[in-house]
Amino acid sequence: MNHEMAGMDIEQMLRRALAPVDPPERLKTRVETTLQELTDAAVDELEGWELSAMRDPRNWVRPVVATAVGASAGTALVILRVRQERRRRAAQSRNPLDLAQRTLKAAAGEARKLARLD
Amino acid sequence: MERSDKARLDAAFSELYRAHLRDVYSYAYYRVGNHHDAEDLTEQTFLQAYRHFERAQAESDGRPLRPWLIRIAHNLAANLYRDRSRRPQTPIDDTTVLSAPHTTEDLVEGRDELARIIAGIGTLPDERRDALIMRFALGMDNREIARAMGKTDGATKVLLHRAIKQLEGIVTPP
Repeated sequence: MNHEMAGMDIEQMLRRALAPVDPPERLKTRVETTLQELTDAAVDELEGWELSAMRDPRNWVRPVVATAVGASAGTALVILRVRQERRRRAAQSRNPLDLAQRTLKAAAGEARKLARLD
Repeated sequence: MERSDKARLDAAFSELYRAHLRDVYSYAYYRVGNHHDAEDLTEQTFLQAYRHFERAQAESDGRPLRPWLIRIAHNLAANLYRDRSRRPQTPIDDTTVLSAPHTTEDLVEGRDELARIIAGIGTLPDERRDALIMRFALGMDNREIARAMGKTDGATKVLLHRAIKQLEGIVTPP
């Protein structure tokens, strides 16, 4: 039998065992960076987008995602995820139009995933 | 939404984030058992919270939002395990975690006992384990825990009592 433990108060031991854990610095940076991006994106998501931007396929993702998730704060997260997969899509694409279509499809998919989290 | 409203909301959210990052991370760490998943869970919790902050603030009627935040983490953790269809494979890496929040005295005199307590908590049913984490790691009272877990105050009191009794039975041999 563990004599030390038998004489101790269980709640006191729980307080010691479950002491609060400080988050690592890298997590603070990561969360704050992401939140900042969300904040920036949410402010001007749709109102700042101009029709002329549609000439450049690089600008297609943001309005599509904004529409899909209602210009919510999740927009920047979707864009980040889509950007992370860009190299793989580029390797699979036959031409720039095919790449653009794959990108929009991926953006819509990520937006749906995010919406399902609600 | 007006820009000034948005700025006010963002400032309020920043305050919530600074006040409760440690709470959310502590809950996440003891809930999932490793730093990697705890970091992901913490980030996802604040992203979800940000999306719904305006509504939560409006519906809170001035009450603290910590239970709401922890409830988000609680639900995300449940989803994580449901998706993986398994319990955490990595045990709590207590050598890392104990070195930060515990005193030298704890480390020298109570390390075995603390390790047994942590192992015992890991064997409890999910609800009982979560209630203990909220009470002892976050210092939440019965009402806060009840709000975080979607229970009544009375049911929460019973849950905590049973969790402590069960843990006592596990770590204290007859």
